[in-house]
Amino acid sequence: MIVARRQAERLSVLDRPNSYIGKTVPRPNLDRLMQGRGLYVSDIELPRMAHVVFLRSPHAHAKIVAIDASAAKRMPGVIAIVTGRELAAVITPWVGVLSHLKRLKSAPQYAMAIDRVCWQGEAVAAVVATSRALAEDAGEQVLVDYEELEAVTDMQTALDPKTPVIHPALGDNLAFERLHDTGNVDQAFEAADEVVEAEFVFGRHTGVTLEPRSVVADWNSAEGRLTIYQGTQAPHMVQNIAALHLGLREQQVRVVCKDVGGSFGIKVHIYADEMATYALSKLLRRPIKFVADRVESFNTDIHARDHRCKGRIGVRRDGAITAFKIDDLTGIGPYSMYPRTSAIEANQVVNLVGGPYTTKSYRARARVVFQNKNVMCQYRAVGHPIACAVTEGLVDLAAIRIGMDPVQIRKRNLIADDAYPCASPTGLRFEQLSHQACLTKLVEMMDYAGLRAEQATLRRTNIYRGIGVASFIEVTNPSAAFYGVGGARISSQDGVAVRLDAQGSVICQTSITEQGQGSEALTAQIVATVLGVAMERVRVILGDTDNTPYGGGTWASRGAGIGGEAALQAAKVLRKNILDVAAAILQSNPAELDIAGNAVVNAGDREPRIELSELARIVYFRPDTLPPGIQPELMATRHFVPREYPFAFTNGVQASWLEVDPETGFIRLLKHWVVEDCGTIINPQLVDEQIRGGVVQGLGAALFEKCVYDERGQLTNANMADYLVPMAGEMPDIDVGHVVSPTRESELGAKGAGEAGTAGAAAAVINAVNDALGPFGTLVTEIPLTPQVILTALGRL
Amino acid sequence: MKASAFDYARVASIHHALEMLSLHGEQAKLLSGGQSLLPAMNLRLVSPQILIDIGDLAELRGIAVDSDVLRIGALTRHVELLTSHLVAAHAPLLSDAVKHIAHPAIRNRGTLGGSLAHADPAAELPACMLALNATIIACGRDGERRIAAAEFFQGIYATALRPDELLAAVELPIARQNSVDFFQEFARRHGDYALAGVAARASVASGGFSKLRMAFFAIADRPVLANAAAKLLNVAITPELIADASVAFGNELNPPEDQQASSSMRRHLASVLFRRCVEALLARGRLYGGAG
Repeated sequence: MIVARRQAERLSVLDRPNSYIGKTVPRPNLDRLMQGRGLYVSDIELPRMAHVVFLRSPHAHAKIVAIDASAAKRMPGVIAIVTGRELAAVITPWVGVLSHLKRLKSAPQYAMAIDRVCWQGEAVAAVVATSRALAEDAGEQVLVDYEELEAVTDMQTALDPKTPVIHPALGDNLAFERLHDTGNVDQAFEAADEVVEAEFVFGRHTGVTLEPRSVVADWNSAEGRLTIYQGTQAPHMVQNIAALHLGLREQQVRVVCKDVGGSFGIKVHIYADEMATYALSKLLRRPIKFVADRVESFNTDIHARDHRCKGRIGVRRDGAITAFKIDDLTGIGPYSMYPRTSAIEANQVVNLVGGPYTTKSYRARARVVFQNKNVMCQYRAVGHPIACAVTEGLVDLAAIRIGMDPVQIRKRNLIADDAYPCASPTGLRFEQLSHQACLTKLVEMMDYAGLRAEQATLRRTNIYRGIGVASFIEVTNPSAAFYGVGGARISSQDGVAVRLDAQGSVICQTSITEQGQGSEALTAQIVATVLGVAMERVRVILGDTDNTPYGGGTWASRGAGIGGEAALQAAKVLRKNILDVAAAILQSNPAELDIAGNAVVNAGDREPRIELSELARIVYFRPDTLPPGIQPELMATRHFVPREYPFAFTNGVQASWLEVDPETGFIRLLKHWVVEDCGTIINPQLVDEQIRGGVVQGLGAALFEKCVYDERGQLTNANMADYLVPMAGEMPDIDVGHVVSPTRESELGAKGAGEAGTAGAAAAVINAVNDALGPFGTLVTEIPLTPQVILTALGRL
Repeated sequence: MKASAFDYARVASIHHALEMLSLHGEQAKLLSGGQSLLPAMNLRLVSPQILIDIGDLAELRGIAVDSDVLRIGALTRHVELLTSHLVAAHAPLLSDAVKHIAHPAIRNRGTLGGSLAHADPAAELPACMLALNATIIACGRDGERRIAAAEFFQGIYATALRPDELLAAVELPIARQNSVDFFQEFARRHGDYALAGVAARASVASGGFSKLRMAFFAIADRPVLANAAAKLLNVAITPELIADASVAFGNELNPPEDQQASSSMRRHLASVLFRRCVEALLARGRLYGGAG
């Protein structure tokens, strides 16, 4: 690990004796999860609980002429069958727009369709029964009379005048357009010796969480309170929105989020069927459980990507990149998702293209269009994989054109490590990045020269291997600039409360959430370190709007950087309070005392003075023995939000080494490397595994994953046999290295690491495939890189 | 994703199973490993009124050699094929093929009889039966019926089994001294259904083939033998001859198209497999037969 720059030369609270910071320690929740004693939503059984199954449209676009549920209502176990119109009396519709995304438009979306369905999978009726199986039986007896309408499926023709407009009131199918133009682009292209163009195509794919979306909604009419048990990344956001649309005050809604089986951005949105479940509980005055099955997950979990992006790059013969230009098009389904909107991904693409480079001339257009397919929204590494693949694909093309090595052209153009702070052409402000150091380390880790020699040798025996490199930047630790400024009630700050209990153990309540990435572990590590107690003494509570401070949750690579800093600051206050009491008890001075090994010790000779359990006993049970006037405060709360930079950008570089069989089009991944800079590393193993998991999701996009729609808007591979997720057998070893540039915005110095792996993996693979196929003069710019795509490009079919 | 309600009967004898089958006819499904049937029921693609569980029928189990025939009971699980020394010695093609069937959890439950009776055109074991010239033994109320593998598979999920019959066992001619086997498939991921696959058995002598049965799967509605293999029998094999035969083989095919592969891609992959299979069989023949 290269420590590029520590915040200060003096030791910080993180460097205390027995610090857990920077150490791989087991996650506190591991035993619970490994022994099958986790509590997921589907485990929850409540008295009088009923199950809802949603009857979903088989058509991409159709008018609902009539719904006849009379036979279904007589089926065994059926409690109610509720249509969209009936449910609309309980819950109001929403429009997924934000004011900072100028001219973004969308239509009102209801919890269930009322007159018209706009994608295959949209719910038209809710069947509530005593079991899921009986509800499915009854669902088969509900007769829905549809009048099929023409479906808008191809994003390339969505704006044509002869294409039907999905929401006539909006005028056209254009949801959002973003233009950017800085640095005299025409002149910059003129100044180039070579200009290279390509069109990049990205398949539509989805998150495929192991645990599907699940909700138990429990309306208690006596209390006038709704308790929502849900696997969500953002409990307070769900609380706010459920209350808003059910006509309740926030205090009438409690969101409880126990264990979550993966999220990846899938579980940070408000889904119509989840809103319908809340409303059904209120309507029927009993607990209702909804657990999406796998087919429903594919048809209704948000999809992502699905971009076509034309790119152009100008380069001088000496390797200097003079300009980037892109024209991006994406289709988002019939509605912009609520409340984060479906314009963010395209907006990110515009923001991020060219981001790692010094090039100042950049022109971009992004268009977001409606279509009759499932809704699209933010999924892990929003926009990054597209921006990275386009940028890095163009950089490689430029290198090939001028005959320069791909590593060389990057060295030539990446922002220098001593150039910070600086800003990108789109105005992204970089506090401190380390592109050059990362690239240097990558080249060393992978033995770049050795691989090039091996590649050349193998080519003589008709074995085609390729090397692909991709530098990237990642948006982490977002401030209110992401959503809050646009009017979304999504908190960008987080809070942590820490208290010392009567036996000297520590209870820590945090507003960030855990979906498997280790939020619980990193919080415990920070609190234990700052306080000076063993980690086993720290119990972390999260995921409950009644019992945690108010905050944003875990998404956009923000948990460690924002929630972690709140934990650090809260623990510091508690530490001070403990030392004040200790000084009073010991007739000493707080400055002469410290806490270590669960006891107050002398700061100088480290001699134990009083166990924390003894201190707590006195405070809670014998306060009469304390000196007069002392009111000990063994609980502290702090909140944190970055104020100086809208986002803490991180950076890194990835490389892929693979083999292409030009006869079959099959690609074998041999090895993958990542060097990234997420600032302070709290738990190296958690960071490395986050990176690896992210890389695997990026490799899935590169080689396998795609939601295949036919021309009528039918999703034709909504199952785990036909939608190919990446699996262990096809994954290469992934080596991870780090450069550390802590952010000065916080004492902790941590930036995010959750999306770095996904950001650059596909780009590295695309570049490696084109490198492998170099001798054939073939260029492939479409993912997933299926054998069909490769063989077609090679002209073998 | 819950199955419709169904009745369930666990039968105690083949006779009992056949009685239940004739009683319920098309409304009944036999349950052995359940690895294809149960997911299809949960998706409500099939909704049998009754499942007849044959899992207790010991007479449908067992792997045995009787003179020059290897007999494998229908309830033999994939994992048992994988670990059986008899299979490894007398039908190594099966040991190779089973490694490509899905994943360990599925191989622990899935059965040979289930796979053959299901007759998925992309499945490995039906093609192996064809390559090994197996005889499939069906049990009906009138006794046993012996069906050649080439007649057994009749289309997508369609076999020569009658609704009131159950598949009892298969019989395979055991591998001879100079025989070599080869199995390969192109699948997107380990364990996926193949885009194209081949199961082959050949007799190699003097650097050429005296016998060559190449059964391809996932390229038609059932496993098919390559007619073009005849071009390679009892002749001196040259790279040109292999190339010609593989092109001729491609022209025999009219493969189906799906999301994973177009028809022309399947044809292309099958031709590549044909060539690689022939080359591998020859190389193995040389290895085992010395200078030959």
